[in-house]
Amino acid sequence: MKGFLALVVRDLRLSLRVGGEALTLVLFFVMIGVVVPFAIGPDRVLLARLAPGIVWIAAFLSMLLGLDRLFRADDEDGSLLLFRHAAIPLEAIVAAKVIAHWLLTALPLIVATPVLAVLLSMDWDGWWRAVLSLLLGTPALVAFGTLGAALTVSLRRGGLLAPVLILPLCLPVLIFGVGAIGGVGAGPALLFLAAISLVVAAFAPFAAALALRAAAD
Amino acid sequence: MEHAVYIAWAYAGAAAFVAALSLWVVWDARRVARRLKALEDRGIRRRSAGSAP
Amino acid sequence: MTAAAAARKPNWFSRLAHPGRFLAWSRLVVLPLAVLTVIVFAIGLWFAFFNSPEDYQMGDMVRVMYIHVPNAWLSQFVYATMTASALGTLVWRHPLADVAGKAAAPLGAAFTALALYTGALWGRPTWGTFWEWDGRMTSTLVLLLIYLGIIALWRAFDDQLRAGRVVAIVTLVGALNLPVIKFSVDWWNTLHQPASVFTAEGPKMAPSILTPLMVMMAAFTLLFATLHIVGMRTEILRRRAETMARQAALAAGDAG
Repeated sequence: MKGFLALVVRDLRLSLRVGGEALTLVLFFVMIGVVVPFAIGPDRVLLARLAPGIVWIAAFLSMLLGLDRLFRADDEDGSLLLFRHAAIPLEAIVAAKVIAHWLLTALPLIVATPVLAVLLSMDWDGWWRAVLSLLLGTPALVAFGTLGAALTVSLRRGGLLAPVLILPLCLPVLIFGVGAIGGVGAGPALLFLAAISLVVAAFAPFAAALALRAAAD
Repeated sequence: MEHAVYIAWAYAGAAAFVAALSLWVVWDARRVARRLKALEDRGIRRRSAGSAP
Repeated sequence: MTAAAAARKPNWFSRLAHPGRFLAWSRLVVLPLAVLTVIVFAIGLWFAFFNSPEDYQMGDMVRVMYIHVPNAWLSQFVYATMTASALGTLVWRHPLADVAGKAAAPLGAAFTALALYTGALWGRPTWGTFWEWDGRMTSTLVLLLIYLGIIALWRAFDDQLRAGRVVAIVTLVGALNLPVIKFSVDWWNTLHQPASVFTAEGPKMAPSILTPLMVMMAAFTLLFATLHIVGMRTEILRRRAETMARQAALAAGDAG
């Protein structure tokens, strides 16, 4: 447990030391909320209707941005080799990285959601539902993202491939995430979302560890 | 036959696509066979195939 | 084979599936299989046009179904074989398993694309539009994206053996997710369905339609079997050629 926590802290510290990461992602996230109205026009009613979808697409794309750095740095400096032979199982190490990554990428986005809500004319009810759905759904996105990063860690041009691979897998998260924000079926959607996040967060470390070992042999 | 255009496009497209797919599979197989033959002609043998005569 | 392995009598699967043996028997099988495929296609086409009535619901458009349904079914069947190959690679480390998976991927993508194409042509006169975001078409589109991603992954690796293991994981994860994707797409579709005229379930099949449908199913499945075996042979030979080329390069390096 101590080693597990140490890993989470290590990842957090490393990322915060380099700095700018969370800010970049938040900027990207908010920029999508700015770009879309430019693309489809300033009709507030239309934007409010589309807002749940825009918020989730922005979150999804921002998550994809941050994927490559998950294992790339560790692979390059040899840490991955150490991880594979560490006392803590590789699965636990991956789980620690998932948690750290969520704290670094998803949490800032969730905090920035109010900005997006204002830009897209969301009402109060829609806003807090959006925060809740992102809270419950981003763990699944991060877990899938970690799996994608693990699968492509040994590829030089793997950065583009990981998002392509995990997009079909993330579709249910997107569907239920948007559905949970409002309208008919919001309640069940929230439950499905939570269920998916739980299951994916539980299994992804195993699959990702398998992928890391497979890519290394 | 009503909607004959759509039926025609469906069958023609499917036939063309299946033909193209089959031709690609065959062409790929021939290409690899040619490459293998070129290597064997140069006297290269697989380890498990024994040494060259 | 080691002495211990030779002492164990191999069962029929091991004998067939051994790479060297596979090359031997598959060479004899390809041509008859191809001829059979052509014959069954001919029978199927005759049934499709000359021996089947119009569907009482769909009219003549049912003839498009004779291509659409087999391809839609094959798109899933091929993925099932890829899943089995993935298990063979990861669990049993069978030497031919990843070859089978790699050869199947482009074929599966092709059948899925054909299913979408014929589905769109069926949709135009029926729904009034080439594309409708209904549950089945959308799920098929997602399946195509998964196939294409897997093909891209194969091509991204230099080491094909390593690729086989990684692709196997992706295939299995995809297989586990397919029911979830299908469920979520159906849920999404019923939620957003406007008051429209088409039936959400898609076409229903009357019994009189069954014969041409079954024959075309058999024809397309035989097509897959033929192309798959050829593809597997090609991949085995390609890997041999690469090994030989590498050995030649090493020998040239040693000699120089």
